[in-house]
Amino acid sequence: MIRARLRKTFPTRPDSTGFSLDLEFTTAAGITVLFGPSGAGKTLVLDSIAGFVRPDQGRILLDDEILFDGATGVHLPPQARNCGYVFQNYALFPHMTLRQNLEFAVERKPRLERHRRVNEMIERFRLADPAGRRPHEVSGGQRQRCSIARALIGGPKLLLLDEPAQGLDAPLRAEFYEVLRQVRADFGTPMLLVTHDLTECFELGEELLILRDGKIAQSGTPRKILDQPANVEVARLLGVFNLMEGELRALDPGRNTSRLHVGEFDLDGPYFPGRLKGDRVTICVRPDQLRVSARNGRPGPNQIPAELKRTVEKPQGMRLEFAGAGGNPIHVDLAHSDYERQRNNQDWVIQFPAESLRVV
Amino acid sequence: MEIDWFPLWLSLRVALVSTGIALAAGLWLAYILANRDFRGKEALDAAVTLPLVLPPTVIGWYLLVVIGRASPIGKLWEEVFGAPLVFTWKAAVIAALLHSLPLLVKSARAAFESVDRSYERAARTLGASEWRLFWRVTLPLAHRSIFAATALAFARSLGEFGATLMVAGNIPGRTQTVAVAIYDAVEGGNGALARALVLIISAVALIILTFANRWSTR
Repeated sequence: MIRARLRKTFPTRPDSTGFSLDLEFTTAAGITVLFGPSGAGKTLVLDSIAGFVRPDQGRILLDDEILFDGATGVHLPPQARNCGYVFQNYALFPHMTLRQNLEFAVERKPRLERHRRVNEMIERFRLADPAGRRPHEVSGGQRQRCSIARALIGGPKLLLLDEPAQGLDAPLRAEFYEVLRQVRADFGTPMLLVTHDLTECFELGEELLILRDGKIAQSGTPRKILDQPANVEVARLLGVFNLMEGELRALDPGRNTSRLHVGEFDLDGPYFPGRLKGDRVTICVRPDQLRVSARNGRPGPNQIPAELKRTVEKPQGMRLEFAGAGGNPIHVDLAHSDYERQRNNQDWVIQFPAESLRVV
Repeated sequence: MEIDWFPLWLSLRVALVSTGIALAAGLWLAYILANRDFRGKEALDAAVTLPLVLPPTVIGWYLLVVIGRASPIGKLWEEVFGAPLVFTWKAAVIAALLHSLPLLVKSARAAFESVDRSYERAARTLGASEWRLFWRVTLPLAHRSIFAATALAFARSLGEFGATLMVAGNIPGRTQTVAVAIYDAVEGGNGALARALVLIISAVALIILTFANRWSTR
């Protein structure tokens, strides 16, 4: 379990704008993902835990051990923290073979123990073949597995990963996720992974921490965050929602209904706890939860007429880009078969199922 | 023509010893300059570099002030070893050292700074002490530039003249290095000897520089 309370300020200088990190989190999940745009402070959090960076204030606890405590001046060096680190470029020592890279990490263990561990890692991470070669002579996948093996060989209490899948092509990515899930199952080492790739959050994350401008904007399981983003910023960061300005016209907790006014149209939604009639809200809908059909006369309930601007072919289906009420862009994801049936529609209406509507 | 080989051997010995000391002190200094932040860091770098740009006679004068028979260091040396430090080959080593050290520190600092930080960070998370990290990671990764810089420092020590003349003098058979011997031969009208020594020292320097180039670009 990691408990961290961190504060670090970089003052504004002529050559750089200021930045301040101020956050607190506790996680006991197997894989915790730190998600956020570049410049949000993700790597800084990782580096503070690893001990490369000294926070101004706060406290970092790994299980029961204090790694850093601003109040008492405790700041363990990276060597004493027992945290494995997988670097973005893997940082395998280029002048050593893969085997020597692994040996370096267990050099102070007794000879037999050393051999046992290195051989075990080589076998488990399928490195027997390239073990005698140097990092630049082996494949990307082998480099990646070796860097994880090297980080794990000393038996760390926590594994830190800094955008490890950055710049990998799709098959390597898939292989990498598989390796990480395997590591999680076999070693049980908790992991803290930094990424700005949303797919990765869902592939791996059991717990998601969303970072923005040095602060935690929301935390929870990826599913829960996607179901209910805490605010407009989070919804924007996730980058998967249609966002529309609207007004709450009615709320009925008894029948679990509400009425939202968007542009000149009304949409019926579920009851939104904690909101008041008359609130200006941002409506947040996922493109895959919307339906479309041909327009016949007046739009029906929960339908908004829209003009199709563009279609984009995607691996999973078709994305239809509409200009909706008031010119708001609305994206709808359809299966290819659905799209084929409707591609000749003259005018379109978008159907907003009540359960798809969320407000932030 | 009878060539007295002593100046050549003395020059080689002086260059070897001074390069050895420069290597030990220079790597340490360069590592500190590349990795630590402290007040006066750039001032220290400038002070180490100074001998590269000052006239050798100025260095010689400073050395006479610092290690001369009247100075505290000179007195201490005489007390311990029973003979003065100036006007011995050891003084020539110090003069050569001052000129080879900046070359080494400059190149080694740049070499250490060019080693990707993530390798050093990785080594730390793997439990390596700073000492082991230096010997096993930083130094091997920077070794090429350091080899080249060492060769350059050696060549520079071999050719030291001005400061050497001032602190070690021109005592044939005791402190007369090649550079000084050439000067002596020209002054004494012995053109043949001067020519021979010039050719030998040029050849040696050329060979060293060729190797230095090959090491640094391979």
